[in-house]
Amino acid sequence: MNLDQALLTFIAECRELLEDVETTLLSVEQSADRNEAVNAIFRAAHTIKGSAGLFGLDHVVEFTHVVESVLDEVRDGRIALAEELVALLLSCCDHIGGLVDAIAAGQLEADAEMTRRGEPLTGQLRVYLGTPVAAAVASTAAQTQTSAKPLAEGAVAGANWHISLRFGPDVMRNGMDPLSFIRYLSTLGSIAGIVTVGEAIPAADEMDAESCYLGFEIAFASDAQQAAIENVFEFVREDCRICVIAPHSPIGAYLELIEQLPGDNQTTGAMLVQCGTLTAAELAAGLHPRPAPAAAIVTDAALPLQAAEAQKPGKEAKSQESRSIRVDADKLDQLINLVGELVIAGARTDLLARRMRNAELHECASTLANLVEEVRDSALQLRMVKIGATFSRFQRVVHDVARELGKDIVLTVSGEDTELDKTVVEKIADPLTHLVRNSMDHGIEPAEVRAARGKPVRGTVSLNAYHDSGTIVIEVSDDGGGLNREKILAKAAERGLIAAGQALSDSEVYGLIFEPGFSTAEKITNLSGRGVGMDVVKRNITALRGTVGISSRPGAGTTVTVRLPLTLAIIDGFLVSVGDSTFVVPLDMIEECVEFSAESGHEYTNLRGQVLPFIRLREFLEIEGGPAAESRHRESIVVIKYAGRKAGLVVDALLGEFQTVIKPLGRMFSQVSCISGSTILGSGEVALILDVPALVGAVEAAGGAPQKMLKAA
Amino acid sequence: MSTPTQALRIEGEMTIYRAAELKQQMQPLFDAAGSGGIDSIDLSGVTEIDCSGVQLLLLARRNADAAGRALRLAVPSAAVAEVFALLNLGALAAPAA
Repeated sequence: MNLDQALLTFIAECRELLEDVETTLLSVEQSADRNEAVNAIFRAAHTIKGSAGLFGLDHVVEFTHVVESVLDEVRDGRIALAEELVALLLSCCDHIGGLVDAIAAGQLEADAEMTRRGEPLTGQLRVYLGTPVAAAVASTAAQTQTSAKPLAEGAVAGANWHISLRFGPDVMRNGMDPLSFIRYLSTLGSIAGIVTVGEAIPAADEMDAESCYLGFEIAFASDAQQAAIENVFEFVREDCRICVIAPHSPIGAYLELIEQLPGDNQTTGAMLVQCGTLTAAELAAGLHPRPAPAAAIVTDAALPLQAAEAQKPGKEAKSQESRSIRVDADKLDQLINLVGELVIAGARTDLLARRMRNAELHECASTLANLVEEVRDSALQLRMVKIGATFSRFQRVVHDVARELGKDIVLTVSGEDTELDKTVVEKIADPLTHLVRNSMDHGIEPAEVRAARGKPVRGTVSLNAYHDSGTIVIEVSDDGGGLNREKILAKAAERGLIAAGQALSDSEVYGLIFEPGFSTAEKITNLSGRGVGMDVVKRNITALRGTVGISSRPGAGTTVTVRLPLTLAIIDGFLVSVGDSTFVVPLDMIEECVEFSAESGHEYTNLRGQVLPFIRLREFLEIEGGPAAESRHRESIVVIKYAGRKAGLVVDALLGEFQTVIKPLGRMFSQVSCISGSTILGSGEVALILDVPALVGAVEAAGGAPQKMLKAA
Repeated sequence: MSTPTQALRIEGEMTIYRAAELKQQMQPLFDAAGSGGIDSIDLSGVTEIDCSGVQLLLLARRNADAAGRALRLAVPSAAVAEVFALLNLGALAAPAA
């Protein structure tokens, strides 16, 4: 029984569909082809309803049905998709999302709380429908019967669809009950006649009680499209035989069905008569002129094939849709781990080859190294996703928050194609949401103030992303009032964060707002301003080995810059040594390496006319022993760069590039600053990975004076 | 019939989760040799029924008809009645005409 598996798929699909609906709803106003957008929303709602029906999630079906009815009216142009309706539909999406979350948490039935939350929404939706939903359903059912087309020659008189179902043996084992399909089918119309076919049940001794042997012949009154009816059975179309025949089809279509079905033609035909699809006369006229085919019995093996054929048009569309496949994230992680081990093993081979001085082996090892590098890049690429999907979610946030605040704010997005690691994307969404809300609440001034300042009344919040030296930079900016330096200083002094009269640079002052419990909002809204949040944002980003900075211009706006590592797994590193220890510096963050020189008596050097502060890694990390005599005068400076700032690291020797698999440090070492992880070298030794952002900070802290000079330079 | 007639009472859910167990329980009904005097199935205690339950009942009905035995499906519970109505299985409750 893998009911859980199917349910998980349902949950994942629902969430994706809801996201799509949301995006479409938000863009519907600008959308060139509105009909297409409305259709897309309708289809998504319909699919959710359908799938929920299959799992017997009645509360979801009930609610989605009302939504769908309204959308149907919109589609037919009877209701305009105005702003209020968009907002209402968005709330409905949230409610469905809430129901799906509850299902994911194992709650398959509605509880009082959910019903209470859903009721106001359905109430509002029904206002659009104008009639109670029950009446609306009845009227569509009535419509069905009247929409008779002129009959083609040879067509049968029956106005019903005919659905022939033969379920595969494993349907129930796969967690699906054929009954639920039939129950769900009846939401699309009414079952005019049904015959349950139990002939395929074998003798008691051979019968497996967990296999499904049932089939159904159904006459179905509905004005739904063929595709909609076929979609009811989407979940079982793989292992079932499904045949849907449209009303008034030529008698030939039914005869073909009768011949294909296992069992005696007369008996099968009688079933079609019994459920009201054919009249006895039609059947007799159809069956007799044709000699009965010799082999009308379809073997089990042929079943899936036939089903596949019957569903061909649907299948083809499907294969075009699914050019991407869903892979369990754990599998991907495992792959990355293996690639990591491969890289380490490769490095070891390379080292051995070099030691043995065997030219052929060396060549072989370097080919291998190239391949490993490519495999590593492609494996990492698998986890890279575009940030656009995350950004587009913020359209909704901005839409909602703007309504709540009563401000006119628009979101502009750029750099959507910038890629970053999936694990990073997932973790960055919350901090970004907070930053965006904060910008809207505190950053953008009320319309009157904006007008008075001569700015456009409509405020703008922008999200931007780009790559910069091995990191991804995400900027959240607004064109609001900017930060008030004096107010922050006053508040910080009041909270005892700084001493009165302490001289601070702008960026230091602005950085204060990331301190716990800091808020300068004059009025506290339920969005932000309670002083919780910015510190959490900073903590979350730091946990991802990222940094956050802020810049602001009074009256012109604020930009929060978040920098994150591109990946959390494998990087290109550069090996340096100090004494007997080896360290890895992320290659992307290295500007250049220069010979050691220093302004006498100072901890900085002259790099082509610019002041470069440095730290001696030996002293900084308290490594024992002096440099070997011969390397005494051959120390080097590795120039590292982070967030536009440069610093130097003094090391004994440069050992070259190295593919580095990041192994996180144990919790014991979590307090160690300036070390971000460890890795294993080809020789089996452990090397520590230097935390460049922290080192740059340390260099600046160590050399207060040079920092100022650097700024001036 | 010399043996006293008796009813087989089924309690709880008649679903895939208990299908194998139910088949065991209903085994007398499937034996060609004789049903051990069972001439009715009491469905009043069935809380839920799915297709696995339905096909067991269909099988019991088929075997009884083939052996010329009487079999009554007595007092269907609401859950059973609903499914019978949905699948138009009213005839299942009574012997074939």
